[in-house]
Amino acid sequence: MRHSSTDTASGGTSAIEAVNVTKTFGSGDEAVHALKDVSVTIRENEFFTLLGPSGCGKTTLLRLIAGFDHQTEGTILLHGEDISLLPPFKRPVNTVFQNYALFPHMTVAQNIGFGLEMLRKPKAEIENTVGGMLRLVKMEELKTRRTDQISGGQQQRVALARALAPRPRVLLLDEPLSALDYKLRKDMQIELKRLQLETGITFIFVTHDQEEALTMSDRLAVMNAGRIRQIGTPREIYDHPAERFVADFIGDTNFLTADLLSADGGAISVRLTSGREITLECDHPAAASRHLTLAVRPEQVRLTADGSASPLNGVLENIVYFGTDTHYHLRLQDGGSFTARLQNSRERQELFAEGDQLGIVFDPETVQVLRD
Amino acid sequence: MADTTSDSFGFSVRRLPGFTALAIACYAMLYAPIMALVAYSFNAGSSIAVWEGFSLHWYGAAWQNEKVQEATILSLLVATVSSISATILASMAALGTTRIRPYKGLTAIYAMINQPLMVPEIVTAVALLIVFAIIKSTTGYQGLIYLISAHTAFCIPFAYLPIRARLESMDLSLEVAAADLYATPLRTFKLITLPLLWPGIIAGMMLAFVISLDDVVITEFVKAPGQDTLPTYMLGQLRRVITPEIHAISTALLSISIIMVSIFFLLNRKKS
Ligand SMILES: Nc1ncnc2c1ncn2[C@@H]1O[C@H](COP(=O)(O)OP(=O)(O)OP(=O)(O)O)[C@@H](O)[C@H]1O
Ligand SMILES: [Mg+2]
Repeated sequence: MRHSSTDTASGGTSAIEAVNVTKTFGSGDEAVHALKDVSVTIRENEFFTLLGPSGCGKTTLLRLIAGFDHQTEGTILLHGEDISLLPPFKRPVNTVFQNYALFPHMTVAQNIGFGLEMLRKPKAEIENTVGGMLRLVKMEELKTRRTDQISGGQQQRVALARALAPRPRVLLLDEPLSALDYKLRKDMQIELKRLQLETGITFIFVTHDQEEALTMSDRLAVMNAGRIRQIGTPREIYDHPAERFVADFIGDTNFLTADLLSADGGAISVRLTSGREITLECDHPAAASRHLTLAVRPEQVRLTADGSASPLNGVLENIVYFGTDTHYHLRLQDGGSFTARLQNSRERQELFAEGDQLGIVFDPETVQVLRD
Repeated sequence: MADTTSDSFGFSVRRLPGFTALAIACYAMLYAPIMALVAYSFNAGSSIAVWEGFSLHWYGAAWQNEKVQEATILSLLVATVSSISATILASMAALGTTRIRPYKGLTAIYAMINQPLMVPEIVTAVALLIVFAIIKSTTGYQGLIYLISAHTAFCIPFAYLPIRARLESMDLSLEVAAADLYATPLRTFKLITLPLLWPGIIAGMMLAFVISLDDVVITEFVKAPGQDTLPTYMLGQLRRVITPEIHAISTALLSISIIMVSIFFLLNRKKS
């Protein structure tokens, strides 16, 4: 993998492995490169999330895994076996579609039983499994309803049950929660996580909601413009974004430019635009370049009224109250903007006022040195 | 409560001067002749212009007229066989032009299926007359096959349109979902595509049936002597003496159309 050392199958056997997968739609001048040399290993029993902005290739990757489309180059392995040539109806992979795609001429129960019918399972087994699924997604009372006569959230649960019923090795979920309102979405997030733990099925979940990705995933891949930019646990991605795009896409971040002074093993010394020098940890060789970009999370910053000893200074321009915390927007001496997010505790009353000259203090350990 | 129909806000044709009068005039043009036709089918006398009292006489006369009986049977036979054949062919054509990776010439094929709608019927009729004359003289076979195949041919585009429309509006992800759930292409077609396509197929078939039932020009050219469908029989009658019997037959045909349209409407409404 390009940017991460965590992407090896060593933590368990691999469920899905994409090796140098490229997908190009069309040809010549109109060619769209939806996936560019994507390699990723998804482990068994893992809740794996594909996260990225619209059009970055998430759906395309899912469609290749499900077999609805063929990659232009590369291989896709399921439990170590090349499935590139298997048609979708022979792949033990099921999909929860973004628009649910429930069969409108069938009842809820018929929809859920469809996969098992197609696998020609015995009647009794089908009834049993469908009953269990109805219970699991709490749809027992509506099992004889037609699917165009139930609510969006109910349809979503039926879509989930329908995809789970045949016990696939891997379940693909393409933004299954995007059509739901906030409350239902929160409930379904918990439900999905519970289902994944109960069934032990590998989930590959697509979303462009970073909060959803961080709270639900065992690991996630951040994608942009057809490439995977970083793979890791939510913590790794949030605390140690490898590059500017990832830091920017996941959570709010302040970017600072700095000049490299010296590098010594895992520690580098840099000069900020304020002229102050600080020493940072940096474990990757990107620090070879003279100009660096640093990322500082707004919540890992303190503000002081006396800025004489702090690495950065700024004028407080704007205070926005957010309930649990308050955002302070500052203007740095070099003209850049900087945001600090401080918890609202009983002790901290409005200490600062707009127009104040403040010092910005942070722990060097919380500063990320980014690749561009 | 605010009225949000276009009556109260923005543009409404109702406010245009003369709208109501024009609408009434149009409806009168459309329906007054048909009303008159239906009314005179119940005329007791034998005039088509002078009302002589209510009677079902002409319905009875038409019912017992052997020529009418024969023509009706032939009409229904030709319409049934050719609408069914046309619908099967049209369904295959519709699947072949929608459920396929787009290929070069697809638009041309689509246009060619619909083109017969634009060709003047009389041209088709003459063309068929010539072709069938050649076949008849070489094979010596007379029979109904000519009439049925001619009707099948011109019914295809009519059957094709609603079937294709239905296929195009169908959510493609349903078929993808079936494949995802282990359905082979054949079972996907049988269990998903076909059941959802039914309303389109029925609509296409009924349209084809009505078009076939109604056809005069092509039938007149293609039919063998003595083979008369209801419309060609009625046309023949016009050259002799017109009695309200024609009205009665026309009213019966009209009823068939109305019933068909109603069934089609109900079927479609139930599905969506
Ligand atoms: N059938 C297609 N033909 C041509 N281009 C396509 C096709 N399908 C997808 N693309 C292009 O490939 C790129 C990736 O599309 P994809 O649907 O995978 O994005 P996505 O990450 O799922 O986005 P979203 O979050 O909006 O669903 C886009 O630029 C899209 O326009
Ligand atoms: Mg998508």
